[in-house]
Amino acid sequence: MTTAALSQPSKSLWQDSLARLKKNKSAMYSLYFIVFVCIVALFAKYIAPYSYETQNMDAILEGPSAKYWLGTDSLGRDQLSRLIFGARMSMAVAVFTAILSLVIGSIYGAVSGWFGGVTDRVMMRVVDILYSIPTLVLLILMKVIFDSLDIFENPELKALTSILVALSLAGWVTLARVVRGQVLQAKQMLYVEAARSLGAKPIWILARHVIPNIMGPVIILLTLQVPSNILFESFLSFLGLGLQPPFSSWGVLANEGWSLMKSYPHLIISPSVAMALTLFAFSYFGDGLRDAFDPKMRGRV
Amino acid sequence: MIDKLKGLAFPALVFWLLCLVINSFMGYEMPSIIGKLTLALVFGSLIFYIFKMRLFSYITQRVLESAFTLFAIATLTFLLLRVLPGGPFDQEKTLPPEVMANIAKKYNLDAPMYVQYFDYMKGVVTFDFGESYKYIGRPITDILVESIPASIELGIYSLILAFLMGIPSGVIAASKHNKFGDRILMFFAISGVALPVFVVAPALILLFCYKLGWLPAALWSGPQYYILPVLALGTRPAATIARLTRASVLEVIASDYIRTARSKGLSNSVVLFKHVLKNSLIPVLTYSGPLVAGLLSGSFVVELIFAIPGMAKHFVQSVSNRDYPLIMGVTLLYSALLIISNLIVDILYSYFDPRIQLS
Repeated sequence: MTTAALSQPSKSLWQDSLARLKKNKSAMYSLYFIVFVCIVALFAKYIAPYSYETQNMDAILEGPSAKYWLGTDSLGRDQLSRLIFGARMSMAVAVFTAILSLVIGSIYGAVSGWFGGVTDRVMMRVVDILYSIPTLVLLILMKVIFDSLDIFENPELKALTSILVALSLAGWVTLARVVRGQVLQAKQMLYVEAARSLGAKPIWILARHVIPNIMGPVIILLTLQVPSNILFESFLSFLGLGLQPPFSSWGVLANEGWSLMKSYPHLIISPSVAMALTLFAFSYFGDGLRDAFDPKMRGRV
Repeated sequence: MIDKLKGLAFPALVFWLLCLVINSFMGYEMPSIIGKLTLALVFGSLIFYIFKMRLFSYITQRVLESAFTLFAIATLTFLLLRVLPGGPFDQEKTLPPEVMANIAKKYNLDAPMYVQYFDYMKGVVTFDFGESYKYIGRPITDILVESIPASIELGIYSLILAFLMGIPSGVIAASKHNKFGDRILMFFAISGVALPVFVVAPALILLFCYKLGWLPAALWSGPQYYILPVLALGTRPAATIARLTRASVLEVIASDYIRTARSKGLSNSVVLFKHVLKNSLIPVLTYSGPLVAGLLSGSFVVELIFAIPGMAKHFVQSVSNRDYPLIMGVTLLYSALLIISNLIVDILYSYFDPRIQLS
């Protein structure tokens, strides 16, 4: 081995994984697409040609045209604008449930795994009970709570909050379990022992040494959870338990389109394609992340 | 002894499922004694297994835990629905106070909270959830009993379809690793995972009902009605199972004992079916728990789209009608179904993988 090879800066696990991820074309294109949808959702107000509720009574159930690129629905609303505004709901669910369950799950799991003993047993029992409550039930309960509490004036915000709270409540539990397992492993590692022998406080060791090192599997799990969360939101809006018209979400659009499917197929096609593309992107990106972070794949490419 | 029983019970299970499919899809009534015999064989061997492996304490513990969880869910729903402000009768503001008092008396809403709670819990234990607020005079239990069969049938058929489609395509994809067949199958599998039910179901209806006119578009009154909903619901789990099977078969193929089997001169198909498949199906079985949960919630959309008289309608309507007793009944039933199927999956898991120790 030459000195040149040795004097190269060593790559950390993260840099290594990111480099591998960048090589994976389908994952990168998926990432670009996800970012694109996020931007569209964020700036929906400025991008969409019309508002989601503007009606044009002279153009009801029209097919795609130069004025209405994706046609209009049964109340004369522009389908493209509704599609763009609908992206807000899906992306909000994707981003916020991921962040919420990541923060709660990692703190809970890390504390439980780190302190062990009775703390661990009690905390994990709570997790077990929460884990066996079906997500749909949580969602119904949240909806009932938010309906009767009347905190939110805006129905869009109300639907979003109840879905977010329920999905995060269901999501952090799995994450907490994984984080706990990882922390239990990391506790035995030499670098933790080294930090402890240098007199570092437990909180510092957890935050500075343990958590950054166990984030790989956690992030992978998170990207696998995101598509199912998006799916769940559209599910609920489709069933009429989530967002209600005139507000727009891809599930709402699919519901409206499905009932008119026989005569006006363009109304079901656009939300379906948007939904399918987004979910495709998330699953390819999730697969790419898993390949990039999975130690079994290291050095094989 | 246990191995022999397993060798007998597994084909019996497959045979029983086959009978079920033939009975309901082909319109041919198998003699019911055959179905009963095979079912007895399956359950008999399972009970024998539980005895032999001394799983009773484990099962009792799990049943107690499940009961506790159900109790917690029941209490939670009760608290949320009764304690929160705003009731189901609030919108009718014009009602005179005497009428409101009468309504409260009829539905036992005027008693102190703890009395209401005890009455409710007594009802839960005896499967009596009271009367619906919306369908006046109809007991919740009646509504549920009437709607369960269609939901469960839909779920079981989709489960069978998912395994029947998923496992073979996963094995084929793995055996043609990185070749054309693998790519095509995995493209379909990823599409199946990415496409939501409410995209697949309308597409199926558009194609098979409106374009080709082969199958009915809705309802649940005969074998030809079952095909489309089961396809719509089974696609996603089938795709997930295919991907899991492929990954796990690839891992097993790379292991030493498969190389040994090959070098002994065993034929490819013997190795694949006898050695590889047996060992690679265990991760697939682990997925059954989440699979059942997914089927249960996915079936709501399918039931609505195909107008199947199952639980979905009540689940959705009870929430928008604020029909509290019905919400409680449906919630508890749904949780119980999920918890019971998870317990069964766990026991089956140890049955098929002797390395797993339940205790």
